[in-house]
This record gives sequence, structure tokens and C-alpha cells, in this order.
Amino acid sequence: MTRLVLGPFNRVEGDLEVTLDVVDGRVARAQVNAPLYRGFERMLEGRDPRDALVITPRICGICSISQSAAAARALGDAMGLSPTPQGAAMAALIHAAENVADHLTHFHLFFLPDFARPDYAGRPWHGRAVERFTAMEGSAQRAAVAARAELLHVMGLLAGKWPHTLAIQPGGVTRAPGLREKARLQATLRAFRRYLENVVFGGALEDFAALETVVGLMAWGRGDVGLFLEIAADLGLDDLGRGSGRYLSYGAYALDTGPVFARGVWNGGPGVFDPAQIREDLSHAWMRGEVAHPFEGMTEPDEGMAAPGYSWCKAPRLAGLGYEVGALARQVVDGHPLARALAGGGVLARVAGRLLELARTQAVMEALVAGIVPGAGFMARGRLPRQGAGGGLVEAARGALGHWLRIENGRIAGYQIIAPTTWNFSPRDAAGVPGPLEAALEGVEVGASGLSVQHVVRSFDPCMVCTVH
Amino acid sequence: MTTLLWLQASGCGGCTMSLLCAESPGALEMLADAGIRLLWHPALSVETGAEARAILEDVATGRKCLDILCVEGAIARGPAGTGRFQMLSGTGQSLMHWAGRLAARARHVVAVGSCAAYGGVTAAGGNPTDAVGLQNDGAHAGGLLPADWRSGSGAPVINVAGCPTHPGWVTETLMLLAAGEVPALDGYARPRFFADHLVHHGCPKNEFYEYKASARELSEIGCMMENLGCIGTQAVGDCNIRPWNGEGSCTRGGYPCINCTAPQFEDPAHAFVDTPKIAGIPVGLPTDMPKAWFMALASLSKAATPVRIDANAHADRVVVPPTLRKPR
Ligand code: SF4
Ligand code: SF4
Repeated sequence: MTRLVLGPFNRVEGDLEVTLDVVDGRVARAQVNAPLYRGFERMLEGRDPRDALVITPRICGICSISQSAAAARALGDAMGLSPTPQGAAMAALIHAAENVADHLTHFHLFFLPDFARPDYAGRPWHGRAVERFTAMEGSAQRAAVAARAELLHVMGLLAGKWPHTLAIQPGGVTRAPGLREKARLQATLRAFRRYLENVVFGGALEDFAALETVVGLMAWGRGDVGLFLEIAADLGLDDLGRGSGRYLSYGAYALDTGPVFARGVWNGGPGVFDPAQIREDLSHAWMRGEVAHPFEGMTEPDEGMAAPGYSWCKAPRLAGLGYEVGALARQVVDGHPLARALAGGGVLARVAGRLLELARTQAVMEALVAGIVPGAGFMARGRLPRQGAGGGLVEAARGALGHWLRIENGRIAGYQIIAPTTWNFSPRDAAGVPGPLEAALEGVEVGASGLSVQHVVRSFDPCMVCTVH
Repeated sequence: MTTLLWLQASGCGGCTMSLLCAESPGALEMLADAGIRLLWHPALSVETGAEARAILEDVATGRKCLDILCVEGAIARGPAGTGRFQMLSGTGQSLMHWAGRLAARARHVVAVGSCAAYGGVTAAGGNPTDAVGLQNDGAHAGGLLPADWRSGSGAPVINVAGCPTHPGWVTETLMLLAAGEVPALDGYARPRFFADHLVHHGCPKNEFYEYKASARELSEIGCMMENLGCIGTQAVGDCNIRPWNGEGSCTRGGYPCINCTAPQFEDPAHAFVDTPKIAGIPVGLPTDMPKAWFMALASLSKAATPVRIDANAHADRVVVPPTLRKPR
């Protein structure tokens, strides 16, 4: 047996270390370590509850809006306050723009550069991958950075700036768009659609969103997506790093009519999600305390970093089971036929799930802008209770994000956060059951370059700064 | 050719995300055009694991020459001074250790964002990880590096503060350094090209401010100084002179400036969106404004508030347009 310690693991958001025990060239056991602890949950204790809207977005610079949205929902839950319908729609639009930007960042900047490596020289697609996907220099990289920056004009118009806005509040949003803003948002989204259709997908987004089978997907053949699918077929990425097939989604973009993408679990078939069944297990985290629901949970770091702990990350479980979260999970739970056909798959399934969501979310954003009613109320008013509790469950780009807060004497008495990568990159639980990435890595053939392991890890689009927070 | 190495210490990565919002041209082109070559960036470079360790080691031992070290994120010194709250994965060493080694080799050291500069949000709320900035511990000089420390160029750590930093602040600082110019710095070592401005300069709510026509709740478009915690009259930054993300800024987005370019902004001793007051008078005065004058002018202008401005201040959009002026 050989032990490999992979790090610094870059092109993931934040700090990640992966330890592999390799037997006969294959991963026999994987341990995922989140090596950064900052203590956000502790910083919040004793503060005015509204300060959570300033502090929690700064957990993460890539999914800052998701943190805002979860904090606003948790506060709103404690206040018994819902946003106005138009306020909820604008919060959803801001949130969708971030998720879309994140999917694009992942696909081009974080995931694809590995296929331009010389290790793949000689593959029929390699020359094209080098031209398009070389880190920082490939033609696709620069186009993606430019398109992303322009898309984020949605933030300049509605959220002041990105990342780290205070625009999303429990009652809605702080800026009421008018007709002029509506026209400008439409222009931004039309330009982004043009980029997606001409460059990324090489075809109509509706055609991609209408795909129902993996065979149909693999025959897409156009744009950067087509090049990726050609690579995926050649390298067998569907079979690489398969998941458990268990997926969880809190439901994305809560409007007054319900979420745009459904809430639920999937375990070979649809199931009901009950948030009361969430627990965090600390057996392999450098954390003190007992297994607890996040309303009762605490964050007490073990400064000695004693074994069997091997990560600052806690192990979230739903009714005792680990779940994979993210775009694929959302689309599976929402019932999209292509996503359901991909369920249980590996690297290809996760990346294709993200691309499917990218195509579908463009239409969601367009509909939200078309639905703007200038003159409507964008903010409902409410008062914070002296005592109370609230939960805010949203979908970040990388999956299910929850905030749970308790208020006592008008101050934050407890604040617990479970981020998407806390689910995906969870360490083992007390029963020794590994988290989703750890399980997906088992059996992977490491090879001379170790690239297969990297593809698996990056296919989850990990956000390590969120994981431990 | 100017070499640049970027470290992500204890922070959120948001300053890199903000940097990627640079436009005309984009961040990657702007750096390349200025002759800046990224030796390694944790979010952007291809090298990972052993390849990345080799680059860091080459720089730390002086085998590779380093012109600019950018550090994003605070330096976690805990627990008990070990730095083990942030290990640089794969190296068995803390990020604190690496930052010190690499800074010693750099011609210029740039703290990107308020965490790297002063500790920032990572040091909030009792500072659970004993985090500091590169050369500041909050407003106190001296952080990971002592107050009298100087980089190879003879300059202190350049604090491109902000939470996040504006992409223009970073790219312009880097372009100046690549051209051989160290930008002039203010008392907290922030480049003066943005720190000589106040957020209040160019805020679209200036007319409301003139009359102290104040928003009472978020989403009202009046000035946010009196009730909603805006400290744009004291915060440095050209946030309302150059836009964010196309045409934005905090106050344009309808929420207060929380002074994110300043040391210790993370713990204001009151809720961020409240203005602390004594006897109904806001505690923080506009920069360089004598108190007596402020009070006299404020009460006079408040009394003189035109109906239009008063009505608009309490609405979520302009409800009363300016009176038309006919040409003579
Ligand atoms: S909102 Fe803030 S920055 Fe704008 S005018 Fe008022 S005090 Fe100045
Ligand atoms: S307006 Fe204030 S809080 Fe907003 S980015 Fe500028 S300095 Fe920071």
C-alpha cells in the first residue's frame, strides 16, 4: 500500500487536502481534509441578528449571494416574515445570476484546464483542448471570464456589487427596479444567451434542455460542450468516480408560488425531505460535542487536532445517510429526464448536470426579468423577535446550503451552517461510513499522472471556504 | 516581465472573484498586457500538488525570482501561535509559515483585501483563530510582519483594502508596480489613488444628504447616514466614482456603506445597519467636519427640505420629479 497526500489542491475554491491509500494502483481508501478553520459560527454569537447579513456572505467569495439568501431566509423565518412576491423574484434573479456565473467559472476555469495537460497529448481532441482550455491562456478561458463579468452587471444593477451585498433582506430586496433597469437587465441577459449559444453550447439552449437520454447528450457535438463530451466519451468519464445515486435538494429560488427547482430527495426514486432529520456527526472532525441537529449544534474546535479526527469539516447526515448535493442533485430531484438518466453517474454526470442547469437557468432568469412589475413593492417590513429561531434552506451553485439561528434577548445565541461541500466532502461518521467524495474515489485507478483523481474531485465543484466556515 | 505569486490565506476567496470582474480589458488580458506573469494562483493555475509545491519552494529558496507577492486572506496565527488553523495542504506547514518565507523573497508585497491588510472579517467577533493582517493587526501597525518591515523594494506591505477589493484597485496597483512605480500610500498603507476619495463622493443620494432627508428603512431611497448606518462620509474609496459590476455600488444598491476599506470595520460596536446616536444626533461625524457646524447646518437644511426631496426620501423610487424650468 502506498499513501499519497495531494495538496495544495488548486482550482477548487479554498483549501483542500486529499489523502489516498493506494493498493494495486487503485484507491482503497480516501480521506478528505478541509485544512482551514475560521470560526464564523462563533463570531456571530452575541451579535445583532441582522449582522448575519453582513458576516455570513463573507464566508465565501464565490457563493456569497447564496449565503445572503440563506441568512435572509433564516431571519425571515424567525420573524415570521416572507418577502413580497416581487422582492422574492429579484432575490431569485440575483441568486440565479451568481449560480450561473459559478457554473461557468467551474466549467472553464476550474475543471477543463486539466484536459489541456501534456499527459493527454496524442488524444484526438488534445490540440483543440489546448487551444480552448489551457489555464489562463486558452481562448475559451478568456471568453468565459469576459462573459461572466458582463453577466454580473445584473449585480451592479440590483445588488450594488458582487461579491458581498446587503441587497437581499428578509422582506425582499433593497433596490426597486423600474422600467429602465428592466430593459438593461434584458440587454445583459440577451448578450449572455448569445455567448452561451454561440460559444459554450454551439446551439439553442432550449434544444440542450430538451435532451432526455445520455445517448442524445453524447451526440450533441457542438461548442465547448461538444468538445467536453467528446473528451468524456474517450476517457470514460461517466464511469469515473460514480456516486451513490442518493441526491438531496432543498429546492432552488423560492418564489411566492414555490421553488423554481423542486425540493426533495432521490434514492432510486423520489422521496420527501424532512429537515428535522438532519444531524451533524463530529466523530472524525476536529470538533468537540455530540451528534446534533443544527438547531442544537455547536462549534467547539479541538485545537489539539486529535485523531480519529482528520478534518475541520463535520459530517452531515439525513436520517443517518450521506447525500450528494449540487446541480445534478437539483436536476434529478426536479425530475429532468436527462438528469434522471445520469443519476448515479460519475464525473460526466456531475458536469453534464451543471451544463443542463446552465441551459435551463438562462430561461429562468429571462422569465424573472420579464415578470418585473415596476411600481410593485420589493420589500416587506417586519420586526425581529427578542426570542426565536429560524432556518433558511437554499440552493447554492454547489448544492444544499442551510443556516439555522437561535435568537435570545435580541442577540444571536446560536448559528449553525451546513454548506454544500460539507455534505459532499464530509469525513466519515461514527459508523465509519465515508462521505460522498471519499466513497466516489474508492476504486479509482490512480495512474501515473493522478489526473483521474483530480477529475473526480473537481467534478464536485468543491467550495472549501464554505465547507468549514 | 514581472513575476507574481498569489496566496490565498484565511479568507473567502472573494477578492479573486472580484478581480475576475475587471473589464476593458478583462483581468487575464490586463495582467498579461502589463507583462505580469502569474507564477501560480490557487484558483487559476494549472499546477497542483507536487508541481505547485515545487514552484513555492523555488520561490521561497530564491531559485525563482519573485517581483510581486499577493496575499488574499488574513493570517491565522492560532491555535496557540502554531498557525494550524490553516495548513497549506500537502506541505505539512501552516500558511502563516509560508507567507513569512515567501514575503522575505518578494520585491513587493500586496495585501489584497481587508483580511490580508488588517485581519478583516476573519478577525471578527473575538477573533477565534487569532487572525491578523500581513503588517497590521486591525488599526495597530505590525501583524505577521513587524511595523518596520520593508519588502525588497523598500516599501511596506501595500494594503489594497476592501471587502472585497474593487478589481480596478488591484489591477491598477499591479500595473503600477509592474511599471516600476510604487503608488503613494495613506496612513494605513492603502494606495492613495483610491483612498484619497470618500465613498460619499458621487453617491446618488447626495442631494438627500444635503437636506438630511433620510431613509428610515432599507429600500427607501433617502440618505442612509442618519438612520441606516451609512459611513460613506468617513469611509475611503472611490466606490461611487468608478462603478462596481457595470453601474453599481453599495449605496446605489440601496444599502449603507459599512466602511469595508478600514481596519476593524468588522466590529463596529453596533449593528451594521443602525446609526448609533446620542440624543438623536449621529455619533460619527463626516470626515473633517467641525461638530458645531455640522449640527447647525444639519438642522438648518433639514428645516429647508423641499417637498420633492422629502417625499422621495421615504419612497422606494422617485415619486416626485424635479420641477421643470422653462428657458427665459
Ligand atoms: S447614503 Fe451614505 S454615501 Fe450616500 S449620501 Fe448618504 S452618507 Fe453619503
Ligand atoms: S461603499 Fe463602503 S462598504 Fe461598499 S465597497 Fe465601498 S468602502 Fe466598502
